[in-house]
Amino acid sequence: MTVKRITYAAAINDALRIEMERDPTVFLLGEDIGKPGGIYTVTRGLYDQFGAERVMDTPIAEAGFVGLATGAAAAGLRPVVEIMFVEFMLVAADQIMNQAAKLHFLSGGQITVPLTIRTQQGIVGGGGAQHSQSLESVFASVPGLSIALPYTPADAKGLIATAIRSDEPTLVIEHKGLYFTKGDVPEGEHLVPFGKAAVRRAGDDVTLVGFSRSVEWCLQAAEQLADKHGVSAEVVDLRSIVPLDVPTLVESVGKTGRCVVVQEAPGSASTAGQVASIVTEQCWSELRAPVARVTGLDMPVPYAKTLEDVWRPSSDDVIAAALHAVGEPAASSRRDRTTASPGR
Amino acid sequence: MHLYSGQEAVAVGTCNALSGQDRLLFTYRSHGWALARGMRVEALLGELLGREEGCCKGRAGSKNLCDWSMGIFPSSAIVGANLPIANGVALAARRLDEDRVVVTAFGEGATNQGVVHEALAQATIWNLPVVFVCENNLYAELTPASEFRPTAEVVDIAAAAAMPTLVADGMDVEAVEETAKVAVDRARSGGGPTFIEYKTYRFCGHMTGDPQSYRTADEVDQWRQRDPLEILAARLTDDGVGADELDEIRARAHEAVRSAEAAALEMSPPSVDDILAYAPSWMERTR
Repeated sequence: MTVKRITYAAAINDALRIEMERDPTVFLLGEDIGKPGGIYTVTRGLYDQFGAERVMDTPIAEAGFVGLATGAAAAGLRPVVEIMFVEFMLVAADQIMNQAAKLHFLSGGQITVPLTIRTQQGIVGGGGAQHSQSLESVFASVPGLSIALPYTPADAKGLIATAIRSDEPTLVIEHKGLYFTKGDVPEGEHLVPFGKAAVRRAGDDVTLVGFSRSVEWCLQAAEQLADKHGVSAEVVDLRSIVPLDVPTLVESVGKTGRCVVVQEAPGSASTAGQVASIVTEQCWSELRAPVARVTGLDMPVPYAKTLEDVWRPSSDDVIAAALHAVGEPAASSRRDRTTASPGR
Repeated sequence: MHLYSGQEAVAVGTCNALSGQDRLLFTYRSHGWALARGMRVEALLGELLGREEGCCKGRAGSKNLCDWSMGIFPSSAIVGANLPIANGVALAARRLDEDRVVVTAFGEGATNQGVVHEALAQATIWNLPVVFVCENNLYAELTPASEFRPTAEVVDIAAAAAMPTLVADGMDVEAVEETAKVAVDRARSGGGPTFIEYKTYRFCGHMTGDPQSYRTADEVDQWRQRDPLEILAARLTDDGVGADELDEIRARAHEAVRSAEAAALEMSPPSVDDILAYAPSWMERTR
């Protein structure tokens, strides 16, 4: 297998091009994705290669064009919608959550909706409260949508390709802070299954669970834990949160006996809470410390850099939670994120 | 349950103007539409009773009827939601080089929903073969729709989408069919979308249990004088159809419903062993 070192954005572009070349029913639609090539360059060059019919610019009307894509998917095409910011998904929430997610079930299997929605989320600095959120758990709460959040460029390519070939409605939530990170990406067709986590680093003392950009903080923390504290951390990248790879989680925590779940989103009613519950239920007899959560704060993302930096979890927070789990006095964590609750 | 009684001419007249490969998307008030398109009464009643032989295998109920083999897309319980989806169904037909017109029906109350305006604009922008059928039954759920209409007429909203409009008597099945044909022909020949308003009335409440305090019994009685079934019967009488023959037609319809009811009551409910059928495919593995 030949690999090439390219960016996360280029890897997604590669997946889109390959899937469009192999299946004439695949088409893209979204705001500014055609001639402009998308605000993060993800669709660059595709308009020139495939034309306006297959790389459709849309009006700024998310509910309208997600609905259109849903109908097109039900009637024989494979649309790939780009929603420019995850916040705009909420404008189309009825179409995504009440319509696309339920049509197969409601029709008693008569309708399939091979719809892919790509969007991006997260903090890169100064985006403010309506352009920085992480909303994966909102969509995970409604059955009928599969949801992947790739961390590596190779996974971004492989998960997008799998999503496009799936007959079910699928969300791929990218991270705007990862678009220009580079990694080795297999050339040609490359598929990564949903529901199969990746162990990014092996370890024995504590399992750090992340997805999307939080894997970066887990890996940074694992290195520091090994170098400065003699703690061996295993890092599990979930890749998809729906479906969730429970066997890999259970195997890892069964071995380490400790678990820290890390996400950028606020902690309440979130994926971190769901993972913590599952690990607690299924690994109770192996657990040697309470499962910890390291998350964003339960408040809007602030604009000022000083505040934004505190809002967002960091590798230091992960290190503190891991040390607490292994019973060592916590290093200088700025605040305890592991008990995040509205009343704290 | 949201009954269609009073609006029958709209569904029947429209379906008469369509061909077999055309597709339809409507709302939660769609029992009449499903029957007009050809759904068997047994399949409809079976669905209402939550039976495995219902049109959606008992998974959907009254508000989300579907029979995709006859072009009936799942109707939607969210006001206005099916309009953009209809655009997508039409777009797919064009891309796949299929000769299909798409009809989407909705009440006048839906014209206050933002997504309806988005859908009308997009149908014009992309010149889609869609017929937008607005059934103006005067009431948006429990409120006179005129209270929330900023324009003189319902069809005025199509002006912002530069879409041609038609208005017709929704109690007259022949007028509906004639009007629908104009729009369907335009869509089929590449002329793009049309917005039609049919002036009609629902004889029952918005939903089961609606106290109907927003209208008088007199008003309902007056509209019942314009019952679309009676208007058609009177016209057939004028055309020389005898009273006996009309009585026989009515008796046949009643008997069809009675026997379908008996058949539906005999149908089995879905087995609890099939709880995961049609659920996300990974559920089986993770349960």
